[in-house]
Amino acid sequence: MSLVKTVALCQRYEDRDILKDINLEVARGEVFALIGPTGAGKTTLLRLLDLLDTPASGSIYFDGLEASRSDKLRLKIRRRMSFVLQKPVVFNTSVYDNIAYGLKWRGLARSSLQQRVHRILDMVGLSNGKDRNARTLSGGEAQRVAIARAIATEPELLLLDEPTANLDPNSTARIEELVSDIIQQHNTTIIMATHDIAQGQRLADRMGVLINGEVHQIGAATELFTSPENKEVARFVGMENIIDGVVAASEAGLVSLDINGKSIEALSDYPAGARVYACIRPEDITLSPSSAPSSARNSFRGRITRLTTVGALTRIEIDCGFSLITVVTTQSAQEMDLTKDKPLYATFKATAVHVLKRG
Amino acid sequence: MELWHGLIKAIELIISLDPEVMEIAGRSLQISVAATVLASLICLPLASLIYFSHFPGKRALINLIQTFFSIPTVAIGLFVFILFSRAGPMGGLNLLFTPTVMVIGQMILITPILLGLTISALSGIDKAIPDTARSLGASQLQTATVVLREARFAVVAAVIMGFGRAISEVGVALMVGGNIKGFTRVITTAISLETSKGDLELSIALGIILITIALLVNLVLNRIQQR
Ligand SMILES: Nc1ncnc2c1ncn2[C@@H]1O[C@H](COP(=O)(O)OP(=O)(O)O)[C@@H](O)[C@H]1O
Ligand SMILES: [Mg+2]
Repeated sequence: MSLVKTVALCQRYEDRDILKDINLEVARGEVFALIGPTGAGKTTLLRLLDLLDTPASGSIYFDGLEASRSDKLRLKIRRRMSFVLQKPVVFNTSVYDNIAYGLKWRGLARSSLQQRVHRILDMVGLSNGKDRNARTLSGGEAQRVAIARAIATEPELLLLDEPTANLDPNSTARIEELVSDIIQQHNTTIIMATHDIAQGQRLADRMGVLINGEVHQIGAATELFTSPENKEVARFVGMENIIDGVVAASEAGLVSLDINGKSIEALSDYPAGARVYACIRPEDITLSPSSAPSSARNSFRGRITRLTTVGALTRIEIDCGFSLITVVTTQSAQEMDLTKDKPLYATFKATAVHVLKRG
Repeated sequence: MELWHGLIKAIELIISLDPEVMEIAGRSLQISVAATVLASLICLPLASLIYFSHFPGKRALINLIQTFFSIPTVAIGLFVFILFSRAGPMGGLNLLFTPTVMVIGQMILITPILLGLTISALSGIDKAIPDTARSLGASQLQTATVVLREARFAVVAAVIMGFGRAISEVGVALMVGGNIKGFTRVITTAISLETSKGDLELSIALGIILITIALLVNLVLNRIQQR
């Protein structure tokens, strides 16, 4: 049986549908990442799961128990989980008291409370600062306190809302390490929201892509990366090139797509005549000054229409009858003397093309 | 020269811990502290209740409370007088011209300040604090307590403001207390009535004590607001 389950969950604010028909199941012991762009509704969903807000419609089940509208039952269920909010606020008191709060509210006896708090302080590496006022902590430390007080109550379900948003890379690594420790030592069920797909991949067993209030796809990270089920997911997992086309010929899993009179070869089973998208990651496209004699089936002559350098990488837009976006290292862009209007060849393998049905 | 003479005498009265001066000052403190403590016991939970609940007209109610911050003390005095006068609804209690009714009057007087300032103290707390408390398993009461505790400095400041208004007011104390010597005479009523009778030393001595109390109150307030 799943630990958390939502059935046709909807949320609405000011006549706007924020969450539409969310049906999720997360098993005990599982780590589930909700990924999606900012504004997708991740926080809204986590707040519903923690029973902080009531949904416009639909139901939430926790360990088989329906979270009804009775405040008493909701509190009882809420006390079996913990939620680390997106913006960590600490109480204006010592680090120790911050961590002890949840235990006091549950009426834990003094001696076991002290033991528990000290153990958690150790685990998050804050033993030395336990008497400091939590308000004086850095962002990363405050987030550790927020996670510490959430796990102090030994929740069956831990909800994390963008636990590393607004943190520097060092603090981010430290928080991720801490979350890994929790997963390994306590076998806690975790649902975490993140807009960082790589973070979801590092920590989660399964991910759900939430875009515009709808769950578009649920699966393992590699599944989402290699076989997004629709255009929105494809774009979110980094397939920046999404090109309209029609299947011109289809044979034994190999199709050739007609794109504005040009032909792209790809692996797919769609029959001739099907309207599709060809999705290609920028990093799967290589550039060369002359036609590449490689095994790649797709090679197009084109012109650079735009170059944008962002640090070590340069993003290049090419017009080759259709528009393609690719990235190369800034260094190789200089070596190849890539400039606007320069003619060149863009090449990618048939296996680099993910074909999606166009609605 | 009379002022100078009065000042010297007044200081003598204070330094020698003159029984009458001490008795009046002590009663003032007793009545106003009692009024502040009792009003706080009612107003802090009530302010939390108003702050945390949603009902139509909440904004209007808060505006109304703020309007009553500076209500004239004699208006409250008159209201309480009518309430407790022999023919009034509470007349049967026979409380008029007792310290008890002075406490009640001052409680009513400072209730708007305590309510209003406590509500704004709570509003100053990050909205994420109550959410965080609930997410960690706090009940509604526990959540309200946490928010009140987060706002503690501003709440204490509100209580001190209330005390300051209570101890320095004269309208209520005079109208419902009556300035009865040895029974309901407090600093402000003594000053306002004894001066005209010519007992300047006593008035000046009490005035100095009142100003000292006011200074102390302000000192504490400043300290709190610097936190
Ligand atoms: N209390 C609210 N009132 C009105 N709109 C809200 C409220 N909370 C969230 N929203 C809206 O819901 C959408 C989803 O927000 P949110 O759940 O915070 O997204 P995410 O966490 O994925 O960034 C946003 O467009 C946001 O403006
Ligand atoms: Mg969010």
